[in-house]
Amino acid sequence: MKISIKDVEHVALLSRLELTEEEKQEQLRELNKILDYMEILNKVDTSQVEPLAHVLPLQNVLREDELRATLPKEKVLQNAPEEDEGMFKVPKIV
Amino acid sequence: MGQYEVVIGLEVHVELKTKTKIFCGCPTEFGGEPNTHVCPICLGLPGVLPVLNKKVLEFATKAGLALNCKIAEFSKFDRKNYFYPDLPKAYQISQYDLPIAEQGYLDINVNGQTKRIGITRLHMEEDAGKLVHQGLTISSSNSSLVDYNRTGVPLIEIVSEPDLRSAEEAKAYLEMLKAIMEYIDVSDVKMEQGSLRCDANVSIRPMGSKEFGTKTEVKNLNSFRSVQRAIEYEIARQIDIVEEGGKIIQETRTWDENKGITLSLRSKEEAHDYRYFPDPDLTPLVISREWVEELKAGLPELPAFKKERLIKEHGLPEYDAGVITSSRALAEFYDKTVSLHPDYKAVSNWIMVELLKLLNAENLEITDSKITPQGLAKMLKMIEKGTISGKIAKQVFEEMFNTGKDPEVIVKEKGLVQISDEGQISTIVDQVIANNPKSVQDFKAGKEKAIGFLVGQVMKETRGQANPGVVNKLLKEKLTKL
Amino acid sequence: MELFSLTIHELQGLLVKKEISAEELTKQVLERIEQVEDKIKAFVTITKEEALKAAREIDQKRINGVSLGPLAGIPMALKDNMCTEGIKTTCSSKILYNFIPPYNASVYEKLLGAGSVLLGKTNMDEFAMGSSTENSGFFATRNPWDLNCVPGGSSGGSAAAVAAGEAIFALGSDTGGSIRQPAAYCGVIGLKPTYGAVSRYGLIAYASSLDQIGPFTKDVTDCALVMNTITGHDPFDSTSANADYPDYTSFLVNDIKGMRVGIPQEYFGEGIDPEVENKIKEAIKKLEELGAIVEECSLPHTQYAMPTYYLIAPAECSSNLARYDGVRYGLRAEDADDVLSMFSRTRNQGFGVEVKRRIMLGTYALSSGYYDAYYLKALKVRNLIKQDFDQAFEKFHCLLTPTTPSVAFEFGSKSDPLAMYKQDVCTIPVNLAGIPALSLPYGLVNNKPVGLQLIGKAFAEGTLLRIGYALEQNSQETRITPILEGVK
Repeated sequence: MKISIKDVEHVALLSRLELTEEEKQEQLRELNKILDYMEILNKVDTSQVEPLAHVLPLQNVLREDELRATLPKEKVLQNAPEEDEGMFKVPKIV
Repeated sequence: MGQYEVVIGLEVHVELKTKTKIFCGCPTEFGGEPNTHVCPICLGLPGVLPVLNKKVLEFATKAGLALNCKIAEFSKFDRKNYFYPDLPKAYQISQYDLPIAEQGYLDINVNGQTKRIGITRLHMEEDAGKLVHQGLTISSSNSSLVDYNRTGVPLIEIVSEPDLRSAEEAKAYLEMLKAIMEYIDVSDVKMEQGSLRCDANVSIRPMGSKEFGTKTEVKNLNSFRSVQRAIEYEIARQIDIVEEGGKIIQETRTWDENKGITLSLRSKEEAHDYRYFPDPDLTPLVISREWVEELKAGLPELPAFKKERLIKEHGLPEYDAGVITSSRALAEFYDKTVSLHPDYKAVSNWIMVELLKLLNAENLEITDSKITPQGLAKMLKMIEKGTISGKIAKQVFEEMFNTGKDPEVIVKEKGLVQISDEGQISTIVDQVIANNPKSVQDFKAGKEKAIGFLVGQVMKETRGQANPGVVNKLLKEKLTKL
Repeated sequence: MELFSLTIHELQGLLVKKEISAEELTKQVLERIEQVEDKIKAFVTITKEEALKAAREIDQKRINGVSLGPLAGIPMALKDNMCTEGIKTTCSSKILYNFIPPYNASVYEKLLGAGSVLLGKTNMDEFAMGSSTENSGFFATRNPWDLNCVPGGSSGGSAAAVAAGEAIFALGSDTGGSIRQPAAYCGVIGLKPTYGAVSRYGLIAYASSLDQIGPFTKDVTDCALVMNTITGHDPFDSTSANADYPDYTSFLVNDIKGMRVGIPQEYFGEGIDPEVENKIKEAIKKLEELGAIVEECSLPHTQYAMPTYYLIAPAECSSNLARYDGVRYGLRAEDADDVLSMFSRTRNQGFGVEVKRRIMLGTYALSSGYYDAYYLKALKVRNLIKQDFDQAFEKFHCLLTPTTPSVAFEFGSKSDPLAMYKQDVCTIPVNLAGIPALSLPYGLVNNKPVGLQLIGKAFAEGTLLRIGYALEQNSQETRITPILEGVK
C-alpha cells in the first residue's frame, strides 16, 4: 500500500473534490494499484538524465506589447452561473 | 525590549507599466468598469494559451539589474496551483526555481548610516483578479463578486533577505525600492492603486542569537505608513507573547488599518501545497548576455548615485539630497530647474521647504501639481534681480503651484513688483514716522527693536512690495536725523 | 450516388465541376446522420442549420466566382474539445454541459478559412481521458463495424462518424493515442502530427505537453489535404513550431523503393493479439515487395512509456482541469453555502470517475514530498524514451508497429483502469517523444479492422504519408468500409 485513506482525503482536498466514503475507498484501491504499477520506473537509472519538459527545442517565444480587442462584456458573462453588477457572484469566502 | 533583535524580510509585488497584460493583449490600465479589460486568455477560458509579453521580460530584467542582481541565463515559468475565485485558471503562472534575477542588493540610509540589504530573488508572475465582498466584512458577507480586470497584469515579486532590523529600516527599504522602480520607469509604484504591494515576514530573537525565531507573514499593507505601523505592532505583539512565556505561531496575519492591529488569517486549507511544476504552455527563456549588457547600458542614473552627486558636486546637505532623489519626479524637477538656474542651494531650498509643504498639505505627487521647473527658475531669477522679495515670492510660488501661471504674469496681475525706488519709499517712510510718534520716541530712547514695527508699517502701506533693505536704510537715516 | 461515402478529393472534383452543390452534399451527409446516428451516437451536438447555411454561402461564392479554399463545401466534424464560437463545447463532461465558447480554436478558424462546413461536435471520453468513449459524461459511441464494440477513444465520436459516413472527415486530438487507436478500431486513417505542428489554441487541454490535434480521413490523400489546412505556426500558441510546412500531397508518389523501415521488437509478442500481429506482418511483406528495406530494431525503454505517461498526463491534467470550479462557466453545485464547498461539490458532481482518478493521481504526483519520486522521475524517463526514437531515426525513415494490441473490444470488458490503459501501449511512446504517427487500416480480424502504425521523426509526416499512400495504392487491405446493420 503506497497511500492511506488519509492521503486520499488530503489529495481530495487539494484537488477540491468532495468524495463520498465509497468514492474514497475506490480511489484508494485504484490509486494504490496504479502507483504499484509505477514502481517499474525505479528500475531505470536516471542519475545522468536531464528531465524533458518540452519535446521541441523552442525558446523565448514572445509577443509585442500591443493591445488587442477585449471581449464584449455580455460575452464575458454569458456563461456565468451567477452574476451581479457585471461581476461573477460566488458564495461567501469564509 | 533591548534584549530582542528584530528580523524582517519583505516580499514586494510591483506591477509593471506595460501597455498590455503579461500573457494577452488586454490593457493593464487601472480601474475601468468591472470585467471590461478581459479576453478569453486572461479569463482562463477552456482552451486558451499564454504568450509572454516581450516588455515584461525587458522590465523585469531591468529591475533585476537596477537591484544589482545576477540575471539568469536560463529561466522558465511554473504553475503555482491553488483554488481561489479571483484566480481563473486555479493556478498562477509564476516562477519557482529559476527566477529571472537573483542575489542582488540595495543600500538604504537610516539615521545617517548606510546599510546594504540583500535581495534574494526577483521573479515574474501574473496578478489575480479582485474580490468585492457584499456586506461589511469578508467574514460577515454572504457572497462576493469577482472582477477579473486585474487578472494577468504583469508583476514582479522582489524578495529581500531577512536583513532588515527595524520597522524604520523596512520603510526605508521600501521607499528606496519604490524610487528605483520609478527611476527605471518600469512601474507607477502607487501603493494606493495597488501597483506596489508589500508583505512583511517578521520575527524576533534574543539579541546575539544566530538562529531565526518563528516568523509571521503580515499582509494587507497598503501604505508606507501601514508598513511601518504594522511591523511595529507585530514586533510588540511577538515580544509580549515571548515575555509571557508563549510561543509564536507561524501564520499569515492581516493588518487592520483602522484598529491598528494584526489579525490571524486562518485558512481552511491548513496545508499549503502549491504543487509547482514547469508550465508546459510556455517555452523556456534563454537570456543572452549581449541583451543584458544592452539593458544595463541603458539604465538611468539610480537614486543612490544621484544622491552622491548632489552632495559632492552641488554641495547639498545629505538629508536634502536624500529627499530630492527619493522620487524620480522630484529629482527630475530639481535637475531641470538647476539646468535653467544653477543656484543649487536656492533650488533645493525651495523644493525642500515650499514645494514639499504644499504637496504634503494637499497630499499630491509632484506630477499632480501645476508648477514647472521653468516657472521656478524664472521666479528665482526675479528674486535675484530684486524684482520681487523672498516674501512675495512665497505668495507667487503658491499661485504658480495652484494655477501653473507664469511668475511674471502673476506679479504683474497682482501688482507685486518690489518697490526699490527711494523717492517713492521715502514719502511713505515720512508718513509712517509722522503717524507713529510713540514708536519714534521708543527708538530715540534706545529701544532699537521699535524700528521693526516701523518697517512693518511701511511694508503694510506698500502691501509688502517695498524692498525691505531700502526701507530699513531710509528709516534709520531719517530717524537718526530727527 | 452516395456522396457521404466519397472522399474529399473525389467530392472536390464534383463540386468544382458543379456536378453537385455544397448544399446537396451537406444535406446528404445530414440525412446520413439522421439515418444512422441513433445506432452510432457519434455526435454530442449537430449544427444542422448552421451547416446548411454555410454550405449555401460556399455555393453562392462559387457561383460568384470567388476563389475558394481547398476544403470548400466539405462537411466535417470536430471533437467536442475544440472551441467553436457560439456552439456548445462540452468535452463530453457534465461540468461543461452548457459551455458556449466566445471564441474559436485556431484550427477551426483555419478550417473555416478553407471553406469546410461544420456538421457538429463529436462525442469523446470526458476531457479526452479514456480509450473507448465509454467515459463520455453523456453516452457511449458505438463502433460502426460492430455495435457491441467500442469505437476506441478518446476521439471515438470523430472516428466513428467518418467510418459511418456521418462526416467526410473529422478532427480529433491525441494525447496518448486518442486519434490513432479509434482510427484503428473504426478502420479509418488517423494521424497524430508532430507536437507543435497544429495549434493547440482553443483545444481544451488535457495534458498540454502531449496533446495534439490531427485528422481522421477515409484515405491517405484526404489526410494530406486536411494536413495542408490545419498545420502551421500560430502566434497564439507558444509551443507552436515555426517550421516550413510542406504541401503534404507532394509526398503521394507511390514509390518507396529503398526506404528503410524499422520494426521495433518491443511492439510485438507478449500482449499483442497474434492475429493482429499476423496482419501487421503481411503489411511488412507488402512493404518489402514494394522495395522498402525492412529491419528489426529496438526501442529499449518502451516498457516504461506507460507508467511515464500515467504520471505526466495526470499531473498536467490536475492543473489544467483546476479551472472548472463553478465560478465563470459550466456547472455549479446548487447547495453550497461557501466557496470551498461550492468548488468541491461542483467538481465532484461535474467530473466522472476516470477524470477524478487522474486528477487525484496527478495531484498526488505533484504534491510536496513526491514530486521528485514521481513527476521529475517521469520527465527523465521521458527523455530516455525520446532518445530511443532519436537513435532509431538515425537509421530508419520510419518505424512500423501495430496501432493497438487487439481489435475493438466489447463495451464494459475493460472495467479495470490498468487494463484499459494498456490499450494505448503502442501509441503512448509517440506522444512522449512528440513525434508524428499515422494509423492506417490493414485488413480485418473477426470482421473488425486492424490498425497499422507508421512512426516518423519530428516533422516527417510527409514520409509517413508517402509510405501509407504506397500501401494504399498496392493493397486492398487498406480500403475497408463497414456495413451497418439495419441500414440500407
